[in-house]
Amino acid sequence: MERHPRTEREPMTHPAPLGAVPVSPTAPPLATQAAISREIAALRAAADADGAAGGPDPGQPARDYPPYRSSTPRHPRQPPVAIDALADPEAVELSGPVFGVTDVTALDADLTRQHTGEPLGERITVTGRVLDRTGRPVRGQLVEIWQANASGRYAHQRDQHPAPLDPHFTGVGRCLTDDDGRYAFTTVKPGAYPWRNHDNAWRPAHIHFSFFGSAFTQRLVTQMYFPGDPLFPYDPILASVTDPAARARLVAVYDHGLSRPEHSLGYRWDVVLDGPSATWTEEGR
Amino acid sequence: MPTRPEGPAAAPAVPLDPTPSQTIGPFYGYALPFPGGERIAPTGHPDTVTLHGLVRDGDGAPVPDALLEFWQAGPDGSLTGAPGSLRRDPATGAVIGRNGVDFTGFGRVPTDADGRYALRTLPATAPAGRPDAAPYLALCVFARGLLHHLFTRVYFPEHTAAHAADPLLSRLPQARARTLLARPDGPVPYRYRFDIQLQQPADGRYEETVFLDFR
Ligand SMILES: [Fe+2]
Repeated sequence: MERHPRTEREPMTHPAPLGAVPVSPTAPPLATQAAISREIAALRAAADADGAAGGPDPGQPARDYPPYRSSTPRHPRQPPVAIDALADPEAVELSGPVFGVTDVTALDADLTRQHTGEPLGERITVTGRVLDRTGRPVRGQLVEIWQANASGRYAHQRDQHPAPLDPHFTGVGRCLTDDDGRYAFTTVKPGAYPWRNHDNAWRPAHIHFSFFGSAFTQRLVTQMYFPGDPLFPYDPILASVTDPAARARLVAVYDHGLSRPEHSLGYRWDVVLDGPSATWTEEGR
Repeated sequence: MPTRPEGPAAAPAVPLDPTPSQTIGPFYGYALPFPGGERIAPTGHPDTVTLHGLVRDGDGAPVPDALLEFWQAGPDGSLTGAPGSLRRDPATGAVIGRNGVDFTGFGRVPTDADGRYALRTLPATAPAGRPDAAPYLALCVFARGLLHHLFTRVYFPEHTAAHAADPLLSRLPQARARTLLARPDGPVPYRYRFDIQLQQPADGRYEETVFLDFR
């Protein structure tokens, strides 16, 4: 897999507002963690009050979540326009792209075997099922992951966090789900890493996941977290999901039965894709 | 997203709770884009159209780290798609991309450092089940700063009659509907421009793109 050389000229901007603006001397000072935590608490309380008043389901993050600073200039102000799948059963989005054996290779699902040597870090397997909201398995669909290495560094040219790159780890994986909707990856546990959302901001360890369902409406890009991470309360991206039950659905479960003796620790993470599909409308839901 | 209302003919079980979305972040670039992701049209196809444009934020600034995914009906109106968008070399594991023959219906394009993208595909077609519908490309936008992806559609200017009957366009105010229309850019029907405005700037100089929520 292609590797990006580290550019020496690049300012050390760290993960956050990358691609965008290098930090300028006139930029306002970063908020403190205490200030961000107060914003998180206030928005959580507001969501609880909304929920108690029968407001919208907070099962998804708000599009505008000010503690995650990058959301401020990028979220739409207008509410999304609803498309009712039952009223428009021929909508193109009720079907979706398909992938097959030509699109993956057997080695893609094992991120520890993509180089000549073994990566450093705690070897883990992550597996689970992909279902739609009716509980039907999503079969033969593409699952993609990317992650930082065990030191918390991405093999991405713009990641200038001064943690070591690992010549034996890229951190990219793909697989197709099986007939039960199951995916499985072998990798190493990613490290936490700093970013510039606010002062002393650290992301909890996470693996980025991308899922395709049986319909384009079910597309999902999200992040999987590890149980018991002490950084959870400080992270505005995880906190953007204000409902604790929904937040818990982003956290994998340690499953000792999945651990392999003298090889790897096992985590289970099941995923439910939102959104209607053509089969759904055929059956009148 | 609100819980789906359960009508009398609804599925028996309570729908499962969905897994929440999280931002794609800034570092997907070495994982998700693939060579030829922007070339949906079979190689050398005479009907190939180019769709290109700019993604802007609420300050009117280009968004250099957005990822756009396109999905469309096949030239015959089929919605089955085909595998092979990111075909691999079994010897090296490298992505060698589409075979240049099959139409997979799927495209994936990151914006460049200027916030621009370009897609080469076949003209949008209506689904076979509704041949008189207004053809469009389905589009899903991901970016750092978006905690949840945004769905929108790209309609094409030459289908004016079908637009009047389109269930989405016909219920939008004209200025909003216009954000979903690609505009001719050079000789129709070969080149179109479609910009994506994630948020309307405070001075109102760009209309915010209409984004969709499927229920
Ligand atoms: Fe990350």
